[in-house]
Amino acid sequence: MMDIKDIVKEENLVYTKTKLMTDNILSYCPGCGHGTAHRIVMEVIDELGLQSQTVGIAPVGCSVLAYDFMNIDMIQAAHGRAPAVATGVKRTMPDKYVFTYQGDGDLAAIGTAETIHVCNRGENITMIFINNGIYGMTGGQMAPTTLEGMKTSTSPYGRDLKSMGNPLKITELIAQLPGTYYVTRQAVHTPAAVRKTKKAVFKAFEVQKEKKGISFIEIVSNCNSGWKMSPVKSNEWMVEHMFPFYPMGDIKVDGELVKSNKAEVKS
Amino acid sequence: MAKVQGAIVVDTDRCKGCEVCIPACPTEVIGLANEVNGKGYHYAYMANPDACIGCANCAIVCPDGVISVYKVKKVA
Ligand SMILES: Cc1ncc(C[n+]2csc(CCOP(=O)(O)OP(=O)(O)O)c2C)c(N)n1
Ligand code: SF4
Ligand code: SF4
Ligand code: SF4
Ligand SMILES: [Mg+2]
Repeated sequence: MMDIKDIVKEENLVYTKTKLMTDNILSYCPGCGHGTAHRIVMEVIDELGLQSQTVGIAPVGCSVLAYDFMNIDMIQAAHGRAPAVATGVKRTMPDKYVFTYQGDGDLAAIGTAETIHVCNRGENITMIFINNGIYGMTGGQMAPTTLEGMKTSTSPYGRDLKSMGNPLKITELIAQLPGTYYVTRQAVHTPAAVRKTKKAVFKAFEVQKEKKGISFIEIVSNCNSGWKMSPVKSNEWMVEHMFPFYPMGDIKVDGELVKSNKAEVKS
Repeated sequence: MAKVQGAIVVDTDRCKGCEVCIPACPTEVIGLANEVNGKGYHYAYMANPDACIGCANCAIVCPDGVISVYKVKKVA
């Protein structure tokens, strides 16, 4: 066995945090997927050499401070309005790469109108959607995305569909709109999931480069604090409960709905 | 006998002790230290350093990006 100090040398380095993540300590709870999702997006921008050509739009929610962590030009939008701000940025500077980074409360509750119209217009932007099924930042209230039976601070006995309505699959919904070109659902809880999400982000930026319309990546993620579980437990819970309702994989590719989703929309 | 040997360096001051890296490691290298860092978190460390193959699985799932990975090809 080699001595550790003979392995830990500059020339043997195979992975370290990208410089496109600042050295600021993330404001996220231990184990929260937001940090992983941030880093994946920044790695892709780094590897594409687009640091000075990309503008990110941060939301309101736990990731409101994304501009402190992502070492690129950023704007922080009013709650739910990130896609509208992104529209303005992209239209005035069409050569910039523009993406929004939004939670489910931001994108699928207060910002539903912006989400739908931006996707319907087919603005040439990328949307990164972190779905943890809850309003993490404000204390774990029920979101439109909260699962049936899921306990939150405003549905302490579990979400009751009769009085609280159905969970919203906004990603399947926007995939129906002609302006969306690439729509996929991913996760960041395992090494394999991280690698797939990174591939999806590469593809999203490629779609934007080719000016094809909206590229939309939902990342199903944990909110261990809101769900009141340890980080590892929350990832297991997510696989068991979130993935059956929010299945992983591509929903629309090259402007065409993938087969399994055509069927799902009818039922 | 593995042909590669790896090692990780955890930025212990920034580790939040979330344990997400632990199940991601295929060779059960990582444990949490008994000691805590300045923020009061038990930080990740190589409990079983000889088993590390430098695959970077732990580093890519670490939400806080505090793991750096090194790898060498072993001579004979
Ligand atoms: C106009 C407005 N309404 C309500 C709020 C309160 N608020 C802040 S964050 C948030 C929900 C965020 O949830 P989500 O987008 O899912 O982000 P998460 O924290 O879960 O990542 C709400 C309702 C606000 N800041 N501004
Ligand atoms: S409250 Fe939830 S979403 Fe917000 S940082 Fe904590 S775990 Fe993440
Ligand atoms: S995943 Fe990162 S922050 Fe969490 S325990 Fe491991 S090294 Fe520490
Ligand atoms: S690099 Fe791979 S083998 Fe080494 S500690 Fe990390 S996950 Fe385990
Ligand atoms: Mg949320």
